[in-house]
Amino acid sequence: MLPIIFIIPIVQLLILSYAVTFEIKSIKLSITDNDNTVASRRLTGHFRSSPFYNIVGESSDQRDGAEMLHKGSAHQMIVLLPGFEKALVKGQPAHVQVVTDAINGSAAALMNAYTLQIIYDYNREILAEVSPLAGLPVKLTWSYWFNPQLDYKTYMVPGILVLLVTIIGMFLSGMNVVREKELGTIEQINVTPIRKHQFIAGKLIPFWIIALFELAIGLLVARLVFSIPILGNIFLIFLVASVYLLVVMGIGLFISTLTNTQQQSMFISWFVLVIFILMSGLFTPAESMPQWAQNLNMINPIAYFISIIRMIMLKGSGIQDIMIPLLILAGYGSAVLSLSVWRYRKTI
Amino acid sequence: MGNNEYVIEAENLVKKFGSFVANDNLTFKVEKGEIFGFLGANGAGKTTAIRILCGLLLPTSGKITVAGQNVYTQTEAIKKQIGYMSQRFSLYEDLTINENFRFYGGIYGMSRIKIKEKTAEMLDRLGIESLKNSIVASLPLGIRQKLSFSVAIMHSPQIVFLDEPTGGVDPITRRQFWELIYEAAAKGITVFVTTHYMDEAEYCNRVSIMVDGRIEALDTPRNLKDKFQAKNMDEVFLKLARKAG
Amino acid sequence: MKQFVIKEFLHIFRDVRSMVILFGMPLVQVLLFGYAITNEVKDVKVSVIDQSYDYASQAVVNKLFASGYFLKGEHISSTSEIEESFRKGENKMVVVIGPDFAGKLETGQQPSIQLIADASDPNTANLLVSYASGIINAYSRELIPAANIPVIVPESRMLYNPSLRSVYMFVPGIITILLMLVSAMMTSISIAREKELGTMEVLLVSPLKPFQIVAGKVMPYVLLSFINAGSILILSYYIFNVPINGSLLLLLGETILFILLALSLGIFISTISNNQQTAMMLSMFALMLPTILLSGFIFPIENMPAVLQWFSLIMPPRWFITIIKSIMLKGSGIEYFWKETLILAGMTLVFILASIKKFKIRLA
Repeated sequence: MLPIIFIIPIVQLLILSYAVTFEIKSIKLSITDNDNTVASRRLTGHFRSSPFYNIVGESSDQRDGAEMLHKGSAHQMIVLLPGFEKALVKGQPAHVQVVTDAINGSAAALMNAYTLQIIYDYNREILAEVSPLAGLPVKLTWSYWFNPQLDYKTYMVPGILVLLVTIIGMFLSGMNVVREKELGTIEQINVTPIRKHQFIAGKLIPFWIIALFELAIGLLVARLVFSIPILGNIFLIFLVASVYLLVVMGIGLFISTLTNTQQQSMFISWFVLVIFILMSGLFTPAESMPQWAQNLNMINPIAYFISIIRMIMLKGSGIQDIMIPLLILAGYGSAVLSLSVWRYRKTI
Repeated sequence: MGNNEYVIEAENLVKKFGSFVANDNLTFKVEKGEIFGFLGANGAGKTTAIRILCGLLLPTSGKITVAGQNVYTQTEAIKKQIGYMSQRFSLYEDLTINENFRFYGGIYGMSRIKIKEKTAEMLDRLGIESLKNSIVASLPLGIRQKLSFSVAIMHSPQIVFLDEPTGGVDPITRRQFWELIYEAAAKGITVFVTTHYMDEAEYCNRVSIMVDGRIEALDTPRNLKDKFQAKNMDEVFLKLARKAG
Repeated sequence: MKQFVIKEFLHIFRDVRSMVILFGMPLVQVLLFGYAITNEVKDVKVSVIDQSYDYASQAVVNKLFASGYFLKGEHISSTSEIEESFRKGENKMVVVIGPDFAGKLETGQQPSIQLIADASDPNTANLLVSYASGIINAYSRELIPAANIPVIVPESRMLYNPSLRSVYMFVPGIITILLMLVSAMMTSISIAREKELGTMEVLLVSPLKPFQIVAGKVMPYVLLSFINAGSILILSYYIFNVPINGSLLLLLGETILFILLALSLGIFISTISNNQQTAMMLSMFALMLPTILLSGFIFPIENMPAVLQWFSLIMPPRWFITIIKSIMLKGSGIEYFWKETLILAGMTLVFILASIKKFKIRLA
């Protein structure tokens, strides 16, 4: 049991952090340049020299590129039609087609954004050559705060830490109680003068400590292996985590009062967990969900903790910034714990 | 084989697991219609022997026939002739009594009418017809045990193997259980039963007592008690075990 | 054999809670992905610090908020408040329009607009900047008098999934996970349960052949998986308009192949585990996690480290997901994925052989 508790989370953290990303570091690009002029070759040259693109095909027939997309051997293709340079010289709009395999919408949106960026940059470049003074009438600059390299791991690792803590809190604690039921040892405990809440506290505290300990290991790995910044106060993270754990343990315990076997308990926990995770904004932007889904997120503890831990670690948010969600979590925790203690009494 | 008198014949049965000898040169014969007790402490090798006889395990060496069939080559033919009740209950707890009977009857290839008849007969014998649609898990231990036995003999096998059938049951239920065994034997079913309750040995026609993988004694209970000058089988066993230890 | 299948169905239907989860889970997931979870970035809170506040700057602001990507976030009036507002999570991006915007435009002095994004979520930040700069660039191009200025107009086309809906990607993934769950996990657990309860011994002592025992056990799950996969397809087709561009027959055929694979995997797991707990843990960790993470279901395999990529090669779901995506979304025929199909068939064979071997050892 002990090695499972400690090794699996670390392995998970390492694998998940590397596996979970939409970013395509090397976009497989197919080029069809039917203009074949200096201007068109300069544009395609930008893609060739970019480390983020891997030119997998070049053909004068754009059907070849389409075929590659179809087979999945290319992610994206750009098509330059004859007359590209001519249009540029004349000052008419010069069209470039960017076709992306969009089955994975997130990855497609990103790839499209990268490619457009390169095209815009090239446009600015030739603009500056034509009229060094002019350029576009508006000068646009941008900066990325808190994560200037746009490193996706920086974003994911704090969320994965939340997952680790959650799995311990919800699965193990809930399963542990059901196990006692299954083995019949719970009856043994029921005949002793121990009070129900004492029993439950005794059951939960070990897991509460283990989960916090695991968070500490996780933070260490995040810091040392992935160099994830921890801008905010680390004790604040632990404070939030301890409150959050009360909520998930309460839920785990509640599930255990509804079930009789470990298998059932595991199934239900899994069901609840998957929905919570998917809705939490761990993988997809939660703020873009429809309003009813966001309302549903008000009872999703994972959503709260993920947003809080990202704020603390990546932006250095302080206690005043997270006060409201923290108080909600605290209220939630005491509610769900008292509910399950009460249910517990009744089921036995 | 020719000899119809014996339904199980084992000569020099040896079973090794690696260097551990579970069954050391067992030789015994079981007569048709007999209640044969296979006694021994936990870990003496009873379950291993029973599994070999049922075709679940291959012996390391020895000449063994069950129902006239060779256990090395004709396990499938043997399986049609035997019934088996394991240490744990063979009933599916989430099914009803009726469903359990239908299932087990079905896997032994009994016709539906035959299954119905047998089920009614068995339940009538146990006096629990009213329970036939209850889920097994809701029944008391004693009833489940008797049902397990009924299921094991519902296809009228030549031999029924009972592996520690009475573990954890109260004395009254055990007595009732043994009545069922006698009835089965009276119908000509040979009963091969393992147990570590020495008092149950008294109910058997003949018993063999295993200590550390060997058969230390094999005779009728009365003869054994005379031979070891013991009041009951318990004493016989203690004397044997002490001798071996 | 018939009795066996009936018995197995009784087991399944009597465990109501597991049934509800088994059938409810995938449906809820499809609904969630269809209605709630989105990869699109829209309605993100953005705030503008307009230091000019003239007709031109307001025109830019209006264009930004008319795009549908942005919502007005907490109002801030100076750049010193940006960090604070990011920290509270009130804004994801701040657009800073420099002073005297209209005046500079008129005199050709290039007024400045700065986009500052909260990149703690790098994807969203990247897309926000890309959307906003697209809008602003378009605006500024309109201002150029139709003179000799070279302008490139990129035309983006999103193939197979023009509106970037996440259902498209998730439906194949959910079907795969579900088939794994029902076929492999449930089978392995149910065989392991017979072992644990001791009923397996009784079955082995009966005249049934091992093959019959196994076939009887898995038959109901084949049917369940098939119904389950079918209901997801119907749901996604009729409610979310996920297309089935290729041959339905081919899709069903490949599905059956994958079900066989999952079943043989489940049987294999059950031969190496002696109780339900082990079977469950093995299925969970050996099947579920890799199915979700290493199959290309959500996350593209190409950017994973080489080790994980090699690892993904032995994941059956990876090949199956490629196949159903090709059939459903790209409308490809077998000539595009005969290799994947062969791999699946080969894996099935390997697991069946391995299980037969294992099963025999247990009987010996």
